[in-house]
Order: sequence, then C-alpha cells, then structure tokens
Amino acid sequence: MSMKKVWLFIALAAIVAFAAACGGGSSEESEGSGNGESTEETSGGDGSSEEASSGEGSSEGSSSGSGEEISGEVAIDGSSTVFPIMEAVSEEYTTEHSNVQAPVGVSGSGGGFEKFIAGETDLSNASREIADEEASALEENGISYFEMTLAYDGISVVVNQQNDFIDHLTVEELKQIWVDGGAETWSDVRSEWPDKQIQRFSPGTDSGTYDYFHETILEGDDINRNAQLSEDDNVLVQGVQGSPNGIAYFGYAYYAENQDSLKVVPIDNGDGPVEPSEETINDGSYAPLSRPLFTYVKESSLQEPQVLDYVQFLNENAGDLALEVGYVNASEEVYQENATKIEEAAGSGSGSGSGE
Amino acid sequence: MKEVSQENTSGTPTEYLSAPSNLPKREWKNRLFRTIFATAVIFSLLMLLILIIRIITQGIGSIDWQLFTNFASRHPDEAGLKAPLIGTIWMMALTGPISFVLGVGTAIYLEEYAKPNRFTTLIQTNISNLAGVPSVVFGLLGLTLFVRELSMGRSLIAGALTMSLLILPIIVVSSQEALRAVPAELKQASYAMGATTWQTIFKVVLPASVPGILTGTILALSRAIGETAPLIMIGALTYIAFLPESIMSQFTVMPIQIFNWTNRPQEEFHMVAAAGIIVLLVMLLVMNSIAVWIRNKFQRRF
Repeated sequence: MSMKKVWLFIALAAIVAFAAACGGGSSEESEGSGNGESTEETSGGDGSSEEASSGEGSSEGSSSGSGEEISGEVAIDGSSTVFPIMEAVSEEYTTEHSNVQAPVGVSGSGGGFEKFIAGETDLSNASREIADEEASALEENGISYFEMTLAYDGISVVVNQQNDFIDHLTVEELKQIWVDGGAETWSDVRSEWPDKQIQRFSPGTDSGTYDYFHETILEGDDINRNAQLSEDDNVLVQGVQGSPNGIAYFGYAYYAENQDSLKVVPIDNGDGPVEPSEETINDGSYAPLSRPLFTYVKESSLQEPQVLDYVQFLNENAGDLALEVGYVNASEEVYQENATKIEEAAGSGSGSGSGE
Repeated sequence: MKEVSQENTSGTPTEYLSAPSNLPKREWKNRLFRTIFATAVIFSLLMLLILIIRIITQGIGSIDWQLFTNFASRHPDEAGLKAPLIGTIWMMALTGPISFVLGVGTAIYLEEYAKPNRFTTLIQTNISNLAGVPSVVFGLLGLTLFVRELSMGRSLIAGALTMSLLILPIIVVSSQEALRAVPAELKQASYAMGATTWQTIFKVVLPASVPGILTGTILALSRAIGETAPLIMIGALTYIAFLPESIMSQFTVMPIQIFNWTNRPQEEFHMVAAAGIIVLLVMLLVMNSIAVWIRNKFQRRF
C-alpha cells in the first residue's frame, strides 16, 4: 500500500515538476529576453541598417513631440495577404520602440473586420474594400474609421513553362477561360491554339485574391467548376508547374519567387498587353489586376500616442517594406493622401475630445 | 453434434491429408492476407519516412541558435521561433493541469460515484461524441465563452481553457478505461477493510490506474500541441515580438507560426518552417516518450 502511495506521489510530482519546469523555463526565458532582444537588435541592425536608419529618421521626426517614452499596445488583425507588410512594419517599429507591443493577427479580411466591429482592434488589414454590411455594422457600433492604401499586389496570371503558344490574353479571353460554361480547351479561346483541355488552379473562395478576380474578371459569374481551388498559393504554383495545360492566378510575390519555372501572361486591357512588374503595378498600367491592399484605422485609437505614432510610421515605411516582402509600393500621392487622413482624424478626434 | 462425433471417430490425420486440393488454396489465401497487411504497414511507414526525410533535409540547415533566440522576422535567415516556442510551453503548462484535474475528476465521478442510470448514460454518450467534434467548433465556443463573455480577451488562459475543453473528452475516456481496468477484488478488499469510497479511490484505485491516466493525458496533450484552428479562432496572434508575462498575455503557438511560414512565397521561409516542424516533432517525441516511460515504469499486472 505504501508503495502505491509513493508511486502516486512520484507521478503527481512528475506532473507538477513538468508544469513547473515549463513555467520556470518560460519565466527564465522572459528574464533572459533582454539578451535575446539585444542580440536580435544587433543582427537586425546589420541586416536592415539602411531602411532601419531611414525609418528612424522619419519616425523620429514625427514622434519627436511625444518623446521616447511611448508605450502601450497597438492591436492589429486581418488579412493574411497584408500580413507580411504588417509583420515587417511591426518588426521595425518595435525595434525602435521596445515599450510598444504591436502584435499582428491573421484572421483574414472578414475575420479581421469582425474583431474591428467588436472594437477589439485598432487596425484591421484587408485585401479588399470594406463591405457595406461591415461598414453599417461599424456605424451602428459608433466606430468611425478611415481607409489607408498601403501597397499594391499585381494578381499574376501564369501558365506552364512549356506553354509556347500563349503570348498574351485579353480581359475577355481571361473571363472566357475562367468562367463556368466558358472555354473547355485552349482552341476554344483562340482557334489556332491546341485542342487541349485547360487545367485551372485558383485561390480558394475565402481569399481576397479570389474575391478580386471574381469581381473584376468574372464580373460576379461563377468560376469554372473544374477549377482546382486551394487556400495555399504554393499549391497553385506547384499545380501549374506540373500541368503543361495549366493556368493559374495568384499574388505577384508568388510569381516573382518562381519566375524561372513559370511563364507569366501579359494582360491586354485595351491598351496592349502588359506584363506584371514592379513598374507596371506601381504606375497602374497593369490593369485591371492590380489590387490595392488596405488597412482600416479606428479614428478614436489615434488619441493613444503609440497608435498614432505607429500609424504614422506605417504610412512612411509601408511602401519600402512592401517592396521588400514581395508587394509593390503605391505612388507617392497615395501616401500623402494617407498622411492627410491621419492628420485630420487625429486632429478631429482631439478636437471633439476637448470639446466634450 | 454429428460433425463432432465424426471428427472424434474418423477425424484422423489421414482424412486431414485426404483433402489436398484445399490446402494450396488456403495457404495461398494466407499469403495473400499476409501481403495485404504487410503492405499496409509498409505504406504508412514509407509515407512517414518520406515525410521525415523531406522535413529533415529541408529544415536541418535552418536549425541554429537564432531559431530559438529570435522573434519572427521578414528576413527568413533571422526569423526565429522564440515567441511561439515559449507560447506553446506556456500553453501546455496551463492546459495540462486544467484538463488533468477536470478530466480525471469527471472520470472518477462517472466510474466510482455515479449510479448507472439514464442520466449517466447520456453524459457518457455525449463525452464520446464530443471527442469527434471538429476542433474549430471548440474554437468558436472558446471565442464566445472565454474571450467575449468572460472577457478574458485573446489571452493565454482563454486559449488554454479552449484547448482543455478540446482534449477533455480524450482524457475522460482514457482515464475511465484506466479506472475500469483496476480489478474489482482490490476495491472490494479495500471496502471490506472498512475504507470509504474516497479512501478506496485515493489509496487503491488511483495508484493502480495512474499509468493509464497519465499516458492518456500526455497523449491528449500531444494532440493539443499541434492544434491551430481553435487558437486562430479565439484570436491567437501570428506576429508577436514579446513573450507572455502572465496568463492574461497575448500569445502565439508553434503550429500557427509554421503554417504562416509555409504559406509564404519565399522558398527560404519554407525551410525555416521545416526547421520549426522538426522542433515541434522533437517536442512531440519527448512528450510521447514520457508517456511510454511512465507506462512502463508504473505498470503492474494484477
């Protein structure tokens, strides 16, 4: 009997020790995080000293009034497409302002708006414009907000590298290929093209890329029911790489990473075929498949100094950091427009605040 | 009866051998099924091997000290697992005790106290059903109940409670099995000595069933460690550049970070993701080894 008791205690002790070790481990880690952070800072500084220093210069210009003691939290959630830009911005920002916490969640554009409507977030990233229902729900909850365009993504239409007949596609041909009940074989699109079944790879219906394509190219019609849909764009890349008669569309970054193994299709929107590239997406000539990426900012949050400072930093650096993570910066006017919106929102907020 | 008597009287080896046409067929069948079952084993082992080899060749190059000391980054070579690793450890440290106490408590009540009536059967059936509910549903429950109603926010404790609910059915069922495996004679002997139900449970039943209970708990935790969906549902973050300081802190966990990396266009991120998978696999392996060790260490046959 006593042996059993001993065993029980050992077992319970093991659990407690396990839990304690984990807890202890984490607290040690958090104590040691100072070291970890400092090494990261130095390494981060090496890797990105140029844009970090340029970022520093501009942000200090904007935040010099509030000084170095900014602290608090910026709650950010939303689109997975916008995530890489926000991750980069938060990474740069928190290296400079270590007292500010700016974590980024990935709930998707819709999921992000849901949290935004519930008042849980300050910034809501979206790869599409806010829907009418979402806007009215925000109004109902008394949340005023404004939209910031951060960067552009050029939805790239690609085919297999062995495909030697496609030189470009017009927007109508693109619709014919993708719409349900449209072309079945390549020869249905243009009679001189081979009589081979088209294999289609499309982003899943939850993604903003699909939404945008659905709206702009398919004009709201159903997508071809033989299209293979995947939420993971890398699966689309692999799909079209492995199918000689394949065609796919996805974000520019996925094409840019796989340029050597994919053939991009120039799109003709009436002004001659245009290939997606940083220049054509930036100057808007790659139309209509250049789509803006947004973040929606809660106006009242700008009264918190760390949110205001973060949003200003975001606006100043989003373009450069977007380029770094595979998107294309918007034009200078767009960022100036954003800056005006921020100023107005911050000003009007404080105006009404003092009025109250 | 007739057949039996026939076998007894005339069922000699000669008659057994007098049916030679049957034997090759039976032996062939025997070989066929053996091959089928062996193929099943080889197939799954091969898949596992391919997975492991692929992950290791992809990820081993990215495993270095930075992986453990750095936060996530947009530069794949600087990206680290610090926040998700610590987040996962916190998560396990919270989920473990919560689900252990609730799960084993439920199992003891159902096995030792509850009268076998319709209500108990109802609970029993529902617990078994809960084990099959998709994890996203638990995420929704956690979001509504813990995050919003009990206003815990997107905190570690909200995540841990959600995870506990998710693995609770597994722990209850496996603990019940373990409790049921304790021989009735042991309990009866204890009662015969004048022990109360509680004394019997604490001094006889629990010590005898602890290996089974702990094994079940650790295996359930191994499932929790790999879950992403419910945590994304309750709003666990993806990029986070600080460590949790209390149970109310925001957090991220390994599978979320790994999933995010595999989704990136850059090949380098896929390699970091593979490194992350190796770390997660090692953690899983350690936990499962502990489970096996506990079972072997404390197991006794009655």
